[in-house]
Amino acid sequence: MFRNQYDTDVTTWSPAGRLFQVEYAMEAVKQGSAAIGLRSKTHVVLACVNKASSELSSHQKKIFKVDDHIGVAIAGLTADGRVLSRYMRNECINYSYTYESPLPVGRLVCTQRSWKRPYGVGLLIGGLDESGAHLYYNCPSGNYFEYQAFAIGSRSQAAKTYLERKFETFVDSSRENLIKDALFALRETLQGEKLTSSNCTIAVLGIGEAFSTLDQETVQRLINEFEVVGEDPPAEAAAAPDQSDGAEPGPAAAAADDDDQETPAADQGAAPMDI
Amino acid sequence: MLSKLADSTPAMPGLMLASAAGSDSQRTLYPYVTGTSVVGIKYKDGILLAADMGGSYGSTLRYKTVERMKPVGKHSIIGASGELSDFQEIMRYLDELILNDNMWDDGNSLGPKEVLNYLTRVMYNRRNKFNPLWNSLVLGGIKNGKKYLGTVSMIGVHYEDNHVATGFGNHLARPILRDEWHDDMTFEEGVKLLEKCMRVLLYRDRSAVNKLQFHSETLINVNDKLLLLSTAFEWLSKMPKFYTHKQIAKITEEGVTISQPYSLKTFWGFSAFQNPTVGAEGSW
Repeated sequence: MFRNQYDTDVTTWSPAGRLFQVEYAMEAVKQGSAAIGLRSKTHVVLACVNKASSELSSHQKKIFKVDDHIGVAIAGLTADGRVLSRYMRNECINYSYTYESPLPVGRLVCTQRSWKRPYGVGLLIGGLDESGAHLYYNCPSGNYFEYQAFAIGSRSQAAKTYLERKFETFVDSSRENLIKDALFALRETLQGEKLTSSNCTIAVLGIGEAFSTLDQETVQRLINEFEVVGEDPPAEAAAAPDQSDGAEPGPAAAAADDDDQETPAADQGAAPMDI
Repeated sequence: MLSKLADSTPAMPGLMLASAAGSDSQRTLYPYVTGTSVVGIKYKDGILLAADMGGSYGSTLRYKTVERMKPVGKHSIIGASGELSDFQEIMRYLDELILNDNMWDDGNSLGPKEVLNYLTRVMYNRRNKFNPLWNSLVLGGIKNGKKYLGTVSMIGVHYEDNHVATGFGNHLARPILRDEWHDDMTFEEGVKLLEKCMRVLLYRDRSAVNKLQFHSETLINVNDKLLLLSTAFEWLSKMPKFYTHKQIAKITEEGVTISQPYSLKTFWGFSAFQNPTVGAEGSW
């Protein structure tokens, strides 16, 4: 895209029927560091790459809790992302106050406003409603789409390729496997750089589990598990108490247990990407 | 209103304040046409609500076919006592609420809990503006198998329980329900219990009329299939024996059912009622 006379204003159409300002805003999303979302029938996992601008600074927060049952990961202008998060939190709280009930996530996603400029941030919104877990992508154009899995931000194509291969398994995936897939996909976007718990953030929410961000220890443990191929993952029961809010229900943990006995074999079959 | 005050040029500031009383015509100060008690209970398959069909104009029992219970959305029933025009206003609010909910068309719907809480906010906000909706409401429903029964008053006091009532029902019906209500009553047991309450109210509440309406919200299981609305209606309409002025309405997970109006049987042949003034000649 090159500068042209129709791109100054978001209210100016080009002769080709394009709103260049909106398209430029979508470019801003592509410059941000990667964010990934996946969902099963019962859970949604949000993951993002955290780049600190220097060794001295802390990294920017890119995943926000909007309500117990809704979380959002952003890519692009994080300042705009924070404004939108605050707006969404407000909407959720107002709804809860009036109806004593959680706002269905599908009704939250139509929030873009056309003030002076479009928001330069893409939102991956994971949330629950009556029909289960949902993942939406909200882009600066105001459009939103529902996804089984999606990735946005820089080098997200690598993650998308991985997700496209595996997304059919996500629907019935266990919570643990969903998180592992998220980490796999995240690693793709790093293109060779080592994935550690200090350059990524993972958040989970699900039916019976309030939104929470996994702590660094848990994340590092999970990374270690798949870095060494062939190693049996430790019992799932150890993972459950690590969650800050909503205790993982017993049956779910047991189910995850069963799944994990099988996954080492599956993981070996679908060999980690050797690019 | 304020512009009217500004237009009048008062001789003294005091008059300005006095003329503000003209704005009282914009607020509800007293109720005019009122309905009396509504009684509701949870039973095995859902919720049962009962109310008579009377609209009193002060002490005159003026209107005798007033439907004081209405379905709300797919999952709830509302029953109201108090000012009937305010109930009609509330129904307009609810119709708009449900309409907007349906317009989302996204598989989510407002259940009874959400509706009652919405109404609580409405009632409380009106109370704060000193312009109340002069009603006590009962809201019952069943959603995803979960039963809900609650009530909210004209000042916004709200709570849920296994059995609720408004007005005189609180004093006459609740004690009966406290004694005789139990979990998992059948439909027949529930109706019988409610009829007992309504009979006491008919005897003792001077605003009650002998023309009842029952509403129920329930899950009817017939050969493991949920009975459709129309079938349930027919079955229900065959049910009541005295069949003139009472109405029973039932809401299944599928929808609301309202019976035809019918009357309660009453007995006035108590010996104490013969020659009631024998002990006090001249009284009536």
